[in-house]
Amino acid sequence: MNLDELKKIREKAKKEMEQRQHGVGVRRVIVGMGTCGIGAGARDVMAALLDELSRKGISDVEVTQTGCAGYCEYEPMVTVIDERGQVIYGKVTPDDAREIVRGHLIEGNILGNLVFERV
Amino acid sequence: MQELSLHILDIIQNSIAALADLISVEIEEDKGKDSLIISIRDNGRGIPKEYLSQAVDPFYTSRQTRKVGLGLSLLQQAAVQSDGHLDISSEEGKGTEVLAFFKHSHIDRMPLGDIGKTMSVLIIGNPQIDFAYHHRVEGDEFRFDTRSVRGELDGIPLNDPYVIGFIFQEFEGWMTRRNGMLRGGRR
Repeated sequence: MNLDELKKIREKAKKEMEQRQHGVGVRRVIVGMGTCGIGAGARDVMAALLDELSRKGISDVEVTQTGCAGYCEYEPMVTVIDERGQVIYGKVTPDDAREIVRGHLIEGNILGNLVFERV
Repeated sequence: MQELSLHILDIIQNSIAALADLISVEIEEDKGKDSLIISIRDNGRGIPKEYLSQAVDPFYTSRQTRKVGLGLSLLQQAAVQSDGHLDISSEEGKGTEVLAFFKHSHIDRMPLGDIGKTMSVLIIGNPQIDFAYHHRVEGDEFRFDTRSVRGELDGIPLNDPYVIGFIFQEFEGWMTRRNGMLRGGRR
């Protein structure tokens, strides 16, 4: 591991964390990572989400994972939870995942053609 | 699933569900001994003795959302089809170890695949859990331990955008090195 690189990251990240102390609450993105989700491509979907968020420097979104929700045929499923409620996207590809970051999380537009359910 | 690294991702979901806060992954690839060994060890709540023999039964599951439990049985199948086997040992309250053995050169051995991506996704997606990763290939090795990363980060979470970039980069670097070492053979 490159520990010198980590020291640089610590300083940069600390500065930004101080700046966003008074910001809005954290939004959440949850990826279905059961056997069915993984078999359908959930790992690459999650990697694409994380990569896009990291590239865009978005720090108020937490990406986590969950197990099988019982709708295996709609995997990979991605749930976005923000101040407007919960949107569940189904059959998400890595390209869709990047679009969820750009369209939903940055621009605030729900991607209608991918929605499995809105709660 | 087409890659062993996807099976590893799947098996570790069991460790997460078992509330482990330390998960170790060890991989040894040795063409000289013609073996590939994968070990996944956690400190979760363990599997009760009476259920251990059912753990690889695809029609047994401890979960409520569906009636099948495919993770371990699929990994066992992947091991057996390449002249290998799967061992599970577990102690209630202490944790579980899954050990999978493969014949490296076997025509039906699945490729390891992008284990770097598997580990990155696991580490970033479960920032409350510590992961210790150790991968040995032909005399070279790579270690990534979130406990030492946390030590350097001084409170910055593992899912901070800068740290996410760092984790991906570390594992991508290792994958390039590892694939280079195995070039010409099966991965």
